[in-house]
Amino acid sequence: MITKAKSRFSTLTVLSMMLVGLWLIIAAFPFVWTLWGSFKVQADFFSKADWSNAIYGVHTLKETGSAFTGAGYHGAWVQEEFWRNVINTSIVVFFTVVISLTFGTLGGYALARSGQRYAFWILMISLVFRAMPHITLVSGYLLPFFKWNLWGILPTTIIVLVAINQPFTLWMLHSFFLNIPKDMDESAMVDGCTRFQAFRHVIIPVMWPGVITTGLFSFLLAYNDFAVTSMLLSGENETMIPAIASFMGNVQQQGNVMFAVAAVVSATAPLFVLVLFFQRQIVSGLTAGAVKG
Amino acid sequence: MKHRTFFWFILPTLTAMVLFIALPIVSVFIQSLHIEHEHVLVVSKSCDPFGCIETTTIDQEATAQLRKEKPLGRFNGFKTYTNRSHLAFAEVGEAWRTSDGLPAFLNDVFNLPFYRALVFTLTYTFVVTPFVLILGLAVAVGVNNLPKLFKGPTIFVSLLPMIVTPLVGALTLFWMVDGDGVIGATLQRIFNDPSLSLKASGPLTWITVITYGIWHLLPFSFIVFYAGLQTVPMDTLESAMIDGASKWEQMIHVIVPHLMPLVTFITLILLMDNFRVFEPIIGLSAEAHASSLSVIIFNELRESGRPLFGAAGATSMMTIIGVAILLTPVLIRTWRDFNRKGH
Repeated sequence: MITKAKSRFSTLTVLSMMLVGLWLIIAAFPFVWTLWGSFKVQADFFSKADWSNAIYGVHTLKETGSAFTGAGYHGAWVQEEFWRNVINTSIVVFFTVVISLTFGTLGGYALARSGQRYAFWILMISLVFRAMPHITLVSGYLLPFFKWNLWGILPTTIIVLVAINQPFTLWMLHSFFLNIPKDMDESAMVDGCTRFQAFRHVIIPVMWPGVITTGLFSFLLAYNDFAVTSMLLSGENETMIPAIASFMGNVQQQGNVMFAVAAVVSATAPLFVLVLFFQRQIVSGLTAGAVKG
Repeated sequence: MKHRTFFWFILPTLTAMVLFIALPIVSVFIQSLHIEHEHVLVVSKSCDPFGCIETTTIDQEATAQLRKEKPLGRFNGFKTYTNRSHLAFAEVGEAWRTSDGLPAFLNDVFNLPFYRALVFTLTYTFVVTPFVLILGLAVAVGVNNLPKLFKGPTIFVSLLPMIVTPLVGALTLFWMVDGDGVIGATLQRIFNDPSLSLKASGPLTWITVITYGIWHLLPFSFIVFYAGLQTVPMDTLESAMIDGASKWEQMIHVIVPHLMPLVTFITLILLMDNFRVFEPIIGLSAEAHASSLSVIIFNELRESGRPLFGAAGATSMMTIIGVAILLTPVLIRTWRDFNRKGH
C-alpha cells in the first residue's frame, strides 16, 4: 500500500518536474535566442538553410570578420536615433509613476478608511474602468485633443496614462491601506491631528512597501503601453514601443530588420533588470489582489 | 471619515478618471452618431455656341473649411452601427435569405469584418483563459515541489513572458516563426514543405496568436496559484494522507478546492485582458487572418491620414458593451457580497 502510494507519488513528481523544465525552456528560449541573434547579421538570424548559423554566426564572420557584431545596435541607436525614444520613454514613465502614485495613495487611503456606500461604488466603477480597452478610450481623446491642440505632446500622454492607471492603483493601494491598522491614524487624530496630518505623519512613513509594489505596476503599464502612445504622440515625441512598431515598417523594406531586433533587445533589457531587483515585490503585488478577493 | 475630508482625498484621482475615462466614453458615443462630411460639390455650367454642359467638381476649399469648422462631421444616427463594416444588418439579412443551410450562412457572416473580429476575440478569450488556468496550476504545483534552491531562479524566468512588453514579445515570436526564422524553418523541414508558412494560413495564424497569449499570461496564473499553494492548510493535507489519499487525490480534493477563490480572481482578470487583445495581433502582423475589436478600432483611427472617428466610435461602443456583458456576473456577485457584509 505504502510503496504503491510512494511510487505513484514519484511518477507524478517526475512528470511535474518535466513540465516545469519544459515551461522554463519555453519561457526563456525566445529571449535567449533574440538576445544572441541580435549580435549577428540578418543572414544568420534568419537562416533558412541551417538554424545553427544563428548560433555560430557563419555569415557574421564572413561579413564582419568577427562572430559578433554590434551593427544592429549601431543602426538602431545612432542611425535611427533610438536614443530619442529612450529619453521620451524615461520622461513619460517617470512622471506617470510619480503622479499616479500621488493620486493613488490619497484616493486609496480615503477609500480604505471610509465605510460609506459611495466608497464601494467608486471601487466598483473603477473596476469597470479597469476593464475598458485602452484603444476605445483613445478614440474618444483624438477629436478633443486635435481641437485644443493638445495632441502629440508628452504631457497629454502622461496625464492620460495616469488616468488609465488610476483604477488599478486605487484597488491595489486600497487593499494595502486596509492592512494598516486603523488605530494608528485614529490615535493620532485623538491626539489632535487633522486627518491629513495623521496621513502625513503616521501613514506616509509606513506605506512605502505598498507604494513601491504599486509603482512597479504603474511603471510596467506606462513602459509597455502601445495603444495610447502610438495614437497620441507625434513622430518626434514617440516613445520606444511605438517607435519599434514604426521601425518594423521602415527597416523591413530596407533590409535592416536587425535594427528592429536590436531595438527590441534594448527595450527588454530594463525589464529584466526590474524583475531581477524587484522579483519579490512583483510577486507580492500580483497576489495582493487575489488574497483580498 | 468625514464626507468633506473624503472628498478632498479622492478629488485628484476622481478628476483624472472622470476627465480621461468617463468623458471619453461619452465622447466616443457622440462620435459614433456622426459621420465624416461628404465633399462639397459645385455644379458649374459652361456654355458655348453648341449648348451648355454641366460639370460637377469638388470644392476642395469649401470641403476643408467645413471639415475644419465641424470636425465631428454630420449627424448620422445609428447608421454607422448597422453599416457593412459593423453590425451589417443588410448583409446578414441578405446572407440569411440567399445561403442554403446554417454552415453557409455562418460562413457568409464570418466574412464580414466585425463578426470576424468578434469571433476571433471570443475564441481567443475562451481558449486562452482555461489553458492559462490549468497550465498555470500545473506549473505552480511543479515549482512548489522543487528544492528551495531552484525556486527563486525558476520564478525569475517564469515572470519574464508576462513582464515583457506585449508588442515586443509578439515581435520576438514573429521573427522566430518567420519562414526563415528558427521555428518557421524547422517546421518546414519537419513537414518537408518549403512553402509552409504560419503567417499565410488562417488556422495556423490563430494558433500562433493563441499560443502567444498563453505564453504571455501563464506566469500570472502561475504566480497567483503558487502563492495560494503556500497557504494550503497542512493538517487537512496530512489527514488526507493518513486516510490513504494519493498525491493526485490530495490535489483534486484538498488543494484545488482551497484554490477555488483564486480561480475566480484569475478568470476575471484574464477575461478583461483577453477581451481587449490587441498588441499580439499587431506584433505578429496577423490582422489578415485574426482581427479583434481593438484592432478594428486601431485601423479605423489610422485610416490613411483621415481617421474615421464615427466608425471607431461605433466599434468602441460595441466593445464597451461587450466588456459590460462580461463583467455583469462579477459585479452582481460583488454587490451581493457587499450587501451581506453591510447588513
